[in-house]
Amino acid sequence: MNSHRFSWFNATSLTLGFVFLYLPILLLIIFSFNSSKLVTVWGGFSTKWYVSLFQNESFMNAAFVTLKVGLVSATIATVLGTLAALVMTRAGKFRGRTLFSGMIYSPLVMPEVITGLSLLLLFVALGWDRGFWTITLAHITFSMCFVAVVVSSRLITFDRSLEEAAKDLGCTPINAFLQVTLPIILPSVVAAWLLAFTLSIDDLVIASFTSGPGATTLPMKIYSQVRLGLNPEINALSTLMIIAVSVGVIVASILAKRAEAKQGLD
Amino acid sequence: MATEVLDNIAHESWNDQNVAPLIRFVNVTKKYGDFTAIDNLTLDIYEKEFYALLGPSGCGKTTLLRLLAGFEEPTSGSILIGGEDISHIPPNKRSVNMMFQSYALFPHMNVEKNIGFGLKQEGRSKEEIKQRVDEMLALVQLEEFATRKPHQLSGGQRQRVALARSLAKKPKLLLLDEPLGALDKKLRERTQFELMNLQESLGLTFMIVTHDQEEAMTVSSRIAIMDKGIVKQVDTPAVIYEAPNSRYVSDFIGDVNFIEGIVSSQDNKKVVLKTADGESLILHSETPLDIGAIIWLSIRPEKVKVSKTKPENVNNVLQGKVDDIAYSGNVSTYYVRLANGNTVKAQATNSRRLSAREITWEDDVWLYWTDTAGIALSE
Repeated sequence: MNSHRFSWFNATSLTLGFVFLYLPILLLIIFSFNSSKLVTVWGGFSTKWYVSLFQNESFMNAAFVTLKVGLVSATIATVLGTLAALVMTRAGKFRGRTLFSGMIYSPLVMPEVITGLSLLLLFVALGWDRGFWTITLAHITFSMCFVAVVVSSRLITFDRSLEEAAKDLGCTPINAFLQVTLPIILPSVVAAWLLAFTLSIDDLVIASFTSGPGATTLPMKIYSQVRLGLNPEINALSTLMIIAVSVGVIVASILAKRAEAKQGLD
Repeated sequence: MATEVLDNIAHESWNDQNVAPLIRFVNVTKKYGDFTAIDNLTLDIYEKEFYALLGPSGCGKTTLLRLLAGFEEPTSGSILIGGEDISHIPPNKRSVNMMFQSYALFPHMNVEKNIGFGLKQEGRSKEEIKQRVDEMLALVQLEEFATRKPHQLSGGQRQRVALARSLAKKPKLLLLDEPLGALDKKLRERTQFELMNLQESLGLTFMIVTHDQEEAMTVSSRIAIMDKGIVKQVDTPAVIYEAPNSRYVSDFIGDVNFIEGIVSSQDNKKVVLKTADGESLILHSETPLDIGAIIWLSIRPEKVKVSKTKPENVNNVLQGKVDDIAYSGNVSTYYVRLANGNTVKAQATNSRRLSAREITWEDDVWLYWTDTAGIALSE
């Protein structure tokens, strides 16, 4: 019964692991409250960089674009990805099934640079003006496959007789999905949405290829700023992003836990 | 013996020429690729029947049920309910409901919502749904569990919720897919009687799929024995047991001994069989047999008596040695090896305590049975 004990070896490896993962982030958060303009020298506590950040219009614009792209692309990707997952787990064998699933999963392994470049070529060939919608489309394309993976892994274990019971009791196939399947797989769908949202907020490479004038996302903005030299405002901005993402993840996992506890295991 | 049984049920609806069947399968075939699950099947099910489909796994009984529920469509042939062809009507438009083997209760809804689900789909008013749900809860005695979620219920309670849900819409036909498979033995036996009472008091038609032959014998009015997509025999439990039409049916339901031989003479229903060892055995046949044809004498172990002394005034006597004894509490089965090496099973009630049993291993014994105990099977 030794395996349940918290041995010194376990404690050390856990600590080392956490330090490795979170020390850089912790440093970033600490230095965002640094009053000195020099990023690496501590000059006392201050929140002035947050104030100046909120007064910096180009940062706020980038943040707004990022959020908008994230919300729109995550929502559309969730719908499309869920539909793809349904087809892959439900349709049984059909002509081209392997090709279809391979094509859905390929963006997972495709280098981002290539995805970005090919999308750029496509948009240029179509003569579309690059901006908000091209970034959003690009994000839908690559985050959809993550949604499909998350949702289909839930659907594989889903008891089909629940849907059959719903149809047996008078539901049309669409009604059966909306009233029975969707509520039960909802935690996975929400998780998939959050994943898509995070991927979108996070993305630099594909956004760089597909953005145009007036549609700069936050990662792009940060990257271009960093090239001009480190700026304490970036630390403040990054801290806010970390807080936003952490809150989102924690809320989502609490929701998922609650939903699961409420429903029990099916 | 079979004739008396048949005479007793002569008034039943399946023997009445004037009653139209509720459900008809007409030359129904269902194929999955090259595999034929149901092979040109024709059968009639009458109103208020408790119809059991019995067979080994893969015999097509579940496919048959799913065809009726509408989850599968027949490859050819047609299925009629009350004269209407429903072969290609989707499940939500059929007046048939199903109770699933896994119960398939909706985990995100409480008991009340589960039972009322079908009524809600019909667009009934809230009051109407409430009233019907309360009726159903009373029927299955789950009033105090109305607001529980399925995972807060025991297996037996879930089974009753599933039953209540499938009955709420008053279906013309209720399909039960292994409804008691997940319950323990005692609860299963009690629930069998509850199901029968319910079916009788509600006056509904039930169709049950099971692989448990005792369950089928207990609950059903008629049993269809299936094998490889074909119905081998449809009859009342008593006829299926006492007068099976083939060795397959005879062997599938209960335990049986087969003795091969040639018909040497027939006087009305009394047949004399000659075995390869020259023994003459007398058995019963409803139909005339060809003299010289190869047939099998089929006899249930409980109809074979075993004795240490040679019985008097009996035509069917075989001698052997006790090879094995299977003691199962109320009865003991003696495996008696004959001189030709074949084994015949004989069953005796343990009316005395085990220590007082007079027959033991390696004893020389006589097996005997009456002239009508064995029946002739040619298939």
